[in-house]
Amino acid sequence: MQTKEIKDIATQVRRDIVRMVHGSKSGHPGGSLGCTDIVVALYFQQMKINNRKGKGGYISFKMDGIDEDLFFLSNGHTSPLFYSVLARKGYFGIEELSTFRKLNSRLQGHPTTHEGLPGIRIASGSLGQGMSVAIGAAMAKKLNGDKNLVYVLMGDGEQQEGQIWEAAQFAPHHKVDNLVGIIDLNGQQIDGSTEQVMSNRDLKVKYKAFGWNVIDIKEGNDIEACVAGLRKAKRLTGKGQPIMILLHSEMGAGVDFMMGSHKWHGIAPNDEQLAAALAQLPSTLADY
Amino acid sequence: MKKYTYTESKDTRSGFGDAMTELGESHPNVVALCADLVGSLKIAPFIKNHPERFIQTGIAEANMMGIAAGLTIGGKIPYATTFANFGSGRVYDQIRQSIAYSDKNVKVAVSHAGLTLGEDGATHQILEDLAMMRAMPNMTVINPCDYNQTKAATKAVADFEGPVYLRFGRPVVPVFTPADQKFEIGKAWMVNEGKDVTIIATGHLVWEAIKAGEALAEEGIDAEIINIHTIKPLDTAAILKSVKKTKCVVTCEEHQANGGLGDAVAQTLAQEFLAPQEYIAVKDSFGESGTPEQLMVKYGLDSKNIIAAVKKVIARK
Repeated sequence: MQTKEIKDIATQVRRDIVRMVHGSKSGHPGGSLGCTDIVVALYFQQMKINNRKGKGGYISFKMDGIDEDLFFLSNGHTSPLFYSVLARKGYFGIEELSTFRKLNSRLQGHPTTHEGLPGIRIASGSLGQGMSVAIGAAMAKKLNGDKNLVYVLMGDGEQQEGQIWEAAQFAPHHKVDNLVGIIDLNGQQIDGSTEQVMSNRDLKVKYKAFGWNVIDIKEGNDIEACVAGLRKAKRLTGKGQPIMILLHSEMGAGVDFMMGSHKWHGIAPNDEQLAAALAQLPSTLADY
Repeated sequence: MKKYTYTESKDTRSGFGDAMTELGESHPNVVALCADLVGSLKIAPFIKNHPERFIQTGIAEANMMGIAAGLTIGGKIPYATTFANFGSGRVYDQIRQSIAYSDKNVKVAVSHAGLTLGEDGATHQILEDLAMMRAMPNMTVINPCDYNQTKAATKAVADFEGPVYLRFGRPVVPVFTPADQKFEIGKAWMVNEGKDVTIIATGHLVWEAIKAGEALAEEGIDAEIINIHTIKPLDTAAILKSVKKTKCVVTCEEHQANGGLGDAVAQTLAQEFLAPQEYIAVKDSFGESGTPEQLMVKYGLDSKNIIAAVKKVIARK
């Protein structure tokens, strides 16, 4: 895919995110906007995905994910991003994005398999669980002789959960080298900066000490840097170590007044703020 | 009273381990996980035969539950094993979100449930797990009563699609159910037909109920004894049919009175058919160190207490 094309998708996904959160008057725009570039890079450039179309012209989703790369979203509150990317990729119709967080929707506040939304393989929201699930899926791939990779995205606030470190210890011990973790290093969480709330100290030093191969994507909101970083990560797989990407991103990226603080972690824009945000995000594909 | 005899005593966890050995051969997708308790769970033969299908997680049960959930995505049938205490309360949220809510085909298979764990004491004697797991949507909850039933249950859940909490124990107890039994999830087992009282028992308490039934028969009390091995889904039809006949019930479990089998039965009776009920269960307390036999007596879970409860409930009819 051409760089312009993928950038246009990212811009449209950002529009979707802001509109969805505005539409339900709730949700988490900050982290969703900050992770947009990496998740778009994964789905539209990096990952091997079964594109076979089924009912209604949508991707014929198979839970087992055999012969394709898998993505798990551990920081499930960035669900608007996940839903927009899945819809734009072709898992379901973009019109369904308007049901986000509303009664009887498949687009629950946090992602779930329970409502049968194609593209989702695990529920997430209660933090710290996604890396363990990704490890299990990666080990199943090895048992099945499936050479494809498993990706998991986590938050940096999420690194405060104990289960993360159980998983961090496990993956190198068992040489789960078909796993690529990504930490969204935006430095913000609900109550303030991660530095102020509960310092993660140096995550690179910590993960290296646990036995991971750690790389940085220094420009986490530059989609070309994301693509390059993911390619590098892929080259490092299969060498006996799991890979961890530290994604240096900005919460709220793409909407100037949502950037640079934890304020927009979990609140919705009002009508004026929506208009101001959309003015910065020109429609590139059709709106839902 | 139907006669129940036994020629040997074994621990229910050995029934689990021996079933795993068989599943290793019959079910190539079965994978075992364990959090540093391989000896206690009796899965060494499975590991020896299929080292590539065993995952040692170390003392990290939360991670184990997540890994088990992930394995199902690639079509595996994971048995996540540890003590009941560490496979329920400690990891409730992991089981809830990553397994039950995510519809994952994980078998949480846990040993050393209840007081009969014995000398290790209350820190390890989980008596609330049935209540927790019963309350969780999408969870099947099974508590077999002897070696043979545990073995049959362990094999049956491999062919059942969906999350299961399979709970068994540490001590050696009589083996009195048939070796060739067919284990039907959610189906009560009629141990003895009677007319004066219904005794509903699960797990280690089934043998105590049989002993009580024999003693009661000598006193002219004809007890119907039902084994509920599947706490959820509960075989309400079998329970109602029996209680409509006997008009009273005693429930027996190695668990808190709050939220366990007794409460499941009471919930059914309250809605369908009112009848006096007595609980043989731990009454809102923690356990303590002691031998399994001593603890069963001290906490009122032995056959003598069942006999007393039967007489009390019949008087309330």
